[in-house]
Amino acid sequence: MLGAYLDFIRIRFLTMLAYRVNYYSGILIYSLNIGVNYFTWMAIYGTGQSLGGFTASQMTSYVAVSWMARAFYFNNLDREISTDIRDGSIAIQFIRPYNYVLVKMMQGLGEGMFRFMLFMIPGMGIAMLLFPVELPTELSSWAGFLVMLFFSFLINSQINVITGLSAFFVENNEGMMRMKRVVVDLFSGLIVPISLFPGWLSSVLEVLPFQAITYLPGSVFTGRVQGVGIWNVLGIQVFWFLVLLIPMVWLNHAARRRLFVQGG
Amino acid sequence: MYYLGLIVEYLKNYMKTRLTYRADFWVEVVSDLLFQATNFIFILVIFMHTDSLGGWSQNEVVFVYGFFMVPFGVFSCFVNLWGFSERYIVKGEMDRVLTRPAHNLFQILLENIDPPSLFGSLIGLIIMAISGANLGLPFEWWTIPALILLTLGATAIYTGIYTTLTSLSFYSDAPTGILPLMYNIQTYGRYPVTIYNRAIQVLLTWVIPFAFVGIYPAALFLQREEMRGMALLTPVVGAVFMGIGLLAWNYGVRRYKGAGS
Repeated sequence: MLGAYLDFIRIRFLTMLAYRVNYYSGILIYSLNIGVNYFTWMAIYGTGQSLGGFTASQMTSYVAVSWMARAFYFNNLDREISTDIRDGSIAIQFIRPYNYVLVKMMQGLGEGMFRFMLFMIPGMGIAMLLFPVELPTELSSWAGFLVMLFFSFLINSQINVITGLSAFFVENNEGMMRMKRVVVDLFSGLIVPISLFPGWLSSVLEVLPFQAITYLPGSVFTGRVQGVGIWNVLGIQVFWFLVLLIPMVWLNHAARRRLFVQGG
Repeated sequence: MYYLGLIVEYLKNYMKTRLTYRADFWVEVVSDLLFQATNFIFILVIFMHTDSLGGWSQNEVVFVYGFFMVPFGVFSCFVNLWGFSERYIVKGEMDRVLTRPAHNLFQILLENIDPPSLFGSLIGLIIMAISGANLGLPFEWWTIPALILLTLGATAIYTGIYTTLTSLSFYSDAPTGILPLMYNIQTYGRYPVTIYNRAIQVLLTWVIPFAFVGIYPAALFLQREEMRGMALLTPVVGAVFMGIGLLAWNYGVRRYKGAGS
């Protein structure tokens, strides 16, 4: 049984590989994103030395690492699921002898592995050539970062699955998906590190799962957060992974009973 | 005349489908506005930590954002090509469109029309009015005509860029994922482009001219002398990019052979 799920990872990886040319443009676009963010932050820093605990050079590394982490954890599971729901093909998938949500997660992982090797690593290389990015040299930081990155992927994918499955309840969840995309980018700390938000907002964000996707791993890896170590961040990530399992499993269960196919 | 009639028919059709999913309309309006609100938060957060961004004050940057929302709302209403490759090429709906007499791009745009997006334009106008009043901007006789002209120009730029990128899906068999990747970049044209280095300035001005949908045209109303020339270029850039988009599209459609069954 496990073998079947592993095959879903492999198949998605190979599918992505067949379409890899698309991703060369993606690397350029991500580099541009890093560049624009970098210059915006430098303009904000001006002559100031530190903002929200970030020095200018830590901010540069943070921006690069965050965008490249996004290159790995990002996927369109929400859109895939809601398309399955809308065209009715989810009915077939539900009667097959596998867990639909688990299959989607596996496919997302296959996509993530592809993005890691052909998008994130070359992209990081280009970003390091273009901008003054400083990364840690100890092996342990790198190992820790990879584990945190994996949890970023899990949490982000869980949020995507939940958004996608909500199409069972609001028929057309286009608006929700668009909103989710922006909320995740902003509140995960990709665009603004959470410590720069006004006090009340950052304390709200600290009890939401989004910070576990980008802000915490990025902060630890670029050496910004003192006192909050890798283990602490991993604890928060595991916590959110477990908590988000609840609505995901519940939605999947409720969806089976609500299924009505709109045409198809 | 024939095309006007089509617009009316499609709008009627739109109303009918929309009435089927009534609650959905408001969900979409609210989610659109929340999307704008999150971008707005970014500006507010920035100005908590600095007084000026490349010599532009908070009110000025907010005004630019307000302007940016106006053409963006118009664009999102009439030009919605997000799912094009998925729906029309992979699923083969393009064949249906091509058998009809009206221009194919025109049909596709009408099929995907999205009036709730216009709420964003409305909010944009309100933001412009408020921040403009804070700045004490004068209201001249040319303000309204210029606003309309620059909005049309900016909308044409968006349409041109996105049509060009979408038409790439005629050339490659793979669903192109470029549109979502571009998504974040379009917002950068709202910030004073002078803070970026030369390469990015050139890119945002002449290659993917998102600076012409935000900072340049808004500078005209903000009475920024240094960008007046660029602001007045907006309709020209719009016409050029719209032309490129239509050429790429028409050429792509001729290469289209149909996919799937």
